[in-house]
Amino acid sequence: MIRRVLVANRGEVARRVFRTCAELGISTVAVYSDPDRSSPYVADADVAVPLGGTSSAESYLDVYKVLAAAARAGADAVHPGYGFLAENAEFAQACVDAGLVWIGPPPPAIRAMARKVEAKDLAAAAGVPLLPSATVAGDDEAAWVEAAAGVGYPLLVKASSGGGGKGMRRVDDVAGLADAVRAGRREAASSFGDPTVFIERYLDSPHHVEVQVLADRHGNVVHLCERDCSVQRRHQKVVEEAPAPGLGDDLRRRLHDAAIALTRAIAYENAGTIEFLVAGDDLFFLEMNTRLQVEHPVTEAILGLDIVRLQLLIADGGRLPFSQEDVRSDGHAVEVRLYAEDPRRDFLPSVGTLVEFRPGATPGIRWDTGVERGSTVTPHYDPMLAKVIAHAPTRTEAARRLARALRGLVVAGVDTNRDALVATLESAAFLDGAVSTGFFDANPAVLDAAPPPDVVRHAAVAAALVLRHRDRPVGPLAGVAPVGWRNVPSVAAARRFSSFDGTDLTVELPPGGAASGTVAVAGEPVGLSTDAVDDGGATTVVDGLRRRFTVTSDGETHWIAGDEWHVRLVEHPRFADHSTDAGAAGLEAPLPGTIVAIEVEPGQEVRAGGLLLVVEAMKMEHRIVADADARVTAVLVAVGDRVEAHQPLVTLARDGESP
Amino acid sequence: MTPLRSRLDLRSDAHRANRAAMAALLADVVAAQDEALAGGGEKYVARHRERGKLLVRERVDLLVDPGAWFLELSPLAGWGTGDPVGGGLVTGVGVVSGVECMVIANDPTVRGGSLTATSVRKQLRAMEVSRVNRLPLVNLTESGGADLPKQAEIFVPGGASFKNLTRLSAAGIPVTTLVFGNSTAGGAYMPGMSDYTVLQRNAAKVFLGGPPLVKMAIDEDADEEELGGADMHARTSGLADYLAEDESDAIRIGREIVAHLGWRKAGPGPTAVPHEPRYDADELLGAASADIRVPFDVREILARVVDGSEFEEFKPLYGTTLVCGWASIAGFPIGVLANNGILFSEESQKGAQFIQLCNRIGVPLLFVQNITGFMVGTRYEQGGIIKDGAKLINAVSNSAVPHLTLMVGASYGAGNYGMSGRAYDPRFVFSWPNHRIAVMGPKQLAGVMDIVTRGRDPEGVAALEAQVEEESTALFATGQLWDDGIIDPRQTRTVLAVALSAVHSAPVEGTSNFGVWRM
Repeated sequence: MIRRVLVANRGEVARRVFRTCAELGISTVAVYSDPDRSSPYVADADVAVPLGGTSSAESYLDVYKVLAAAARAGADAVHPGYGFLAENAEFAQACVDAGLVWIGPPPPAIRAMARKVEAKDLAAAAGVPLLPSATVAGDDEAAWVEAAAGVGYPLLVKASSGGGGKGMRRVDDVAGLADAVRAGRREAASSFGDPTVFIERYLDSPHHVEVQVLADRHGNVVHLCERDCSVQRRHQKVVEEAPAPGLGDDLRRRLHDAAIALTRAIAYENAGTIEFLVAGDDLFFLEMNTRLQVEHPVTEAILGLDIVRLQLLIADGGRLPFSQEDVRSDGHAVEVRLYAEDPRRDFLPSVGTLVEFRPGATPGIRWDTGVERGSTVTPHYDPMLAKVIAHAPTRTEAARRLARALRGLVVAGVDTNRDALVATLESAAFLDGAVSTGFFDANPAVLDAAPPPDVVRHAAVAAALVLRHRDRPVGPLAGVAPVGWRNVPSVAAARRFSSFDGTDLTVELPPGGAASGTVAVAGEPVGLSTDAVDDGGATTVVDGLRRRFTVTSDGETHWIAGDEWHVRLVEHPRFADHSTDAGAAGLEAPLPGTIVAIEVEPGQEVRAGGLLLVVEAMKMEHRIVADADARVTAVLVAVGDRVEAHQPLVTLARDGESP
Repeated sequence: MTPLRSRLDLRSDAHRANRAAMAALLADVVAAQDEALAGGGEKYVARHRERGKLLVRERVDLLVDPGAWFLELSPLAGWGTGDPVGGGLVTGVGVVSGVECMVIANDPTVRGGSLTATSVRKQLRAMEVSRVNRLPLVNLTESGGADLPKQAEIFVPGGASFKNLTRLSAAGIPVTTLVFGNSTAGGAYMPGMSDYTVLQRNAAKVFLGGPPLVKMAIDEDADEEELGGADMHARTSGLADYLAEDESDAIRIGREIVAHLGWRKAGPGPTAVPHEPRYDADELLGAASADIRVPFDVREILARVVDGSEFEEFKPLYGTTLVCGWASIAGFPIGVLANNGILFSEESQKGAQFIQLCNRIGVPLLFVQNITGFMVGTRYEQGGIIKDGAKLINAVSNSAVPHLTLMVGASYGAGNYGMSGRAYDPRFVFSWPNHRIAVMGPKQLAGVMDIVTRGRDPEGVAALEAQVEEESTALFATGQLWDDGIIDPRQTRTVLAVALSAVHSAPVEGTSNFGVWRM
């Protein structure tokens, strides 16, 4: 019987497994890398084992370290989560060999499905339709071209050992083939340690539909309906839902049957997912994920099941406690993945400390989070902050509820894809069920979703009020006079911000500390009346609308959170920094001394801070550096010269100056 | 403490009339302020801006901590004198880098920042406020010096400015001067006599004699920058301690200087919980009578000014026209002496005793003046009202705790003295717009003159009455610097709180050393 589970993973999924373990009275063990020392999942576990190291390879991917941790902590079972070692058959086997219960499929099944080509052969043998594909072995480019011709264009180059979209490349015609294969091999080698790639026919805008299966050691196999995960960016799933919209009964049945057939064919055990591409009335086998999926909660929501609980049960040798007939879905569930990234800047990951992370109070929402206030998003791991899942009687209701929940999340410290998620969920295309893997290509505007100008204006006014409030005197001067008080008001209190899109946004509050009156935002007058201001936020009426904004700050960066929109503003310093101005530091001898080195000659370009020459004085070497990017116009001294204090040494033509 | 209970009938005709009258007087004050705020007028303001310079109040605003206060003093100095209203200066108490400072700033749009007699008086007053309250002084200097056509009014008294700077320094009160432009001839001693100087590059000009004078005196062709530019003073003469790149940089440096002072206030600071008053400050507009001759209960004002409207009244049944008692404003304890009518012997004795009590426990005093004078008449003279009035004036004169004086109505005759009028060196004096001040009421004065002249010069008497009427208004008084400014009655609490906080920068100590009491 499983008593103590080590989760060989981090973040949100570790917490997810711990939660079920806690419900079952099973004790828990976390492992963690150095940067994860303060991650919430580590604190959630009953005991935690430091793995050391920073990169995944030094920590979560190090089989030896993880096994040693299991031994040290006295774990009797290992749950791999997803990612990292979850589909590593050698690790699974090592766990089994170490006498640990492996909470996942048997190592041979993992191995079979991990090799994409072998997996397809097995699927074909089980009667599951395949996309045309071919291997690209060797370095003979002509052979690659021939293989590609058999598959047909457009096609994808994919890593044989890969998953999650890494190493994938689309090729539209023969011209791009060779480069894509080589690049794919490089990426596959660096990501998976195996450069093998294959090519496969590419379908334009298919649906990505997958079937969740469960199989026990006693030959019982059930499917847990299907999920649609079509909305993807760079082959990463962004929105997932269950059941899949727009499937006919026949197609749905064929999907379920195909999944069960393959599961049985490979003597599978535990939870798994068979992924298909669906185009029109056709389905094609894509791959099988031999692990728990990120998006499993949507299935749990509509079926009222706990898949991790069932995984533990199966791993412990138990029988599935229900049969296929008992599997009945209720309503619709939608999940989004909230990432620390900026969709407006090509999904650039955003790292930093979460100075605030506070989900709102929307009912019927499940938050699976790996972070909390104070957590750090590092560049070392996947920047997913949370999975957010809504369950409702209908798809539309679930989508709208989820959008509302996302709007209500207060997150500060990093940029997120929240606006794009909300725009996706609220888009007509999504609500019509028009989801396909080409969703973002067909609806690019959702990626540019941003707060409307009137909200930005209002948020800036609120921020200006809150920041002024925070600037009130403290200590013995606290409470003497209202914030910004003047007996003779005259000067508008200006606060200068840069908006998230880089535009300047200066807010001029009414003079004399008044919190109501006319405010200028970027020079435009706006009527303001203020109902409440404190250090955390402001309730104000601007443009005739009352809104409450909270303001969370990290230095000069401020996240202004409203009920509908969230705005990031950066405040300009009140005083300019002149320390780097041209001419601020003279190119003179600082004190009487001797020139001991000259590093430049006339005509040479120098960068700001670049060494020009060295003066020895009072037994100290003084480095004379360029005070700006410039060109040397003259060197006025020679090595060995005695110089007086303030004697000019070098003349420079700074950028924009004539010599 | 017991809260005061207001009996003000907000819906009464009298209250509404008072309110309307006060609003009209306030509008006149605001109009006069607008004149001061306009500086030298559109043309000169535009020219100043074209040079990339900040207006004087913008400089002050940048200097003061965002979110903190600035209490401008004497904004209407010079009103009615022919000098520019405001005197081409902004002075006041503000918080700089967490330190309450006195700020004196030239308005270069007003005659190039040159000084009139009003400017000199206002500047000297500001320096006095700095000295007595131990407030570090920050000068924002850009002045053409003496207004030459008026040099006769300025030259001799104006010299005290430089003496004051070094005496402040000697008293351990740091003086910092930021120079944005001209500071020449005598004005060169503004930075010269300062503890810290910041000169703005390509803007500050500090020399004893400019190129024309140098040419005249020694026939030298001098270049302004060589003679007194910021760069020269920073590198060669050493007059500049800091060289600033631009105006805002100068202000940034000035703020850093104040920050490094490590300034500690020497007063005990607030000790009470600063609950807001129980009554709305807005009602203060109608709390004082429009007609100065109609009495009103000064407790209605106190109820809207002091913390929690709480007032521990001293001797409430004795000498009832002088209301005395303890309260606090913004947590700062105060002893209050407030007029509810003319002063008799009992009131004078009560006031003298109360002042002694406050001196024994080191509590600052707030005088609320609405006083038409000491009682006259045979009975009172024979009763010794002079002796009793003398006791009050003795107490007021020798009291060592800080005094604040608030004018909420009349201030006539020796009542002004007994209630710590300007000549008795209160730390601050503020007036409401309805304030009237004179040796006696204009009508009384005219009546007296009529009697003295035996009715032979009715026209002269009428003219005198009109003149005194005009010269006793709040605007006239503030123009003469008889106070530190006219305030909006609704802001009384904040003004007094800021003043009390400033007062607590210096030690707050009383005395038991008074003059001989005439018994």
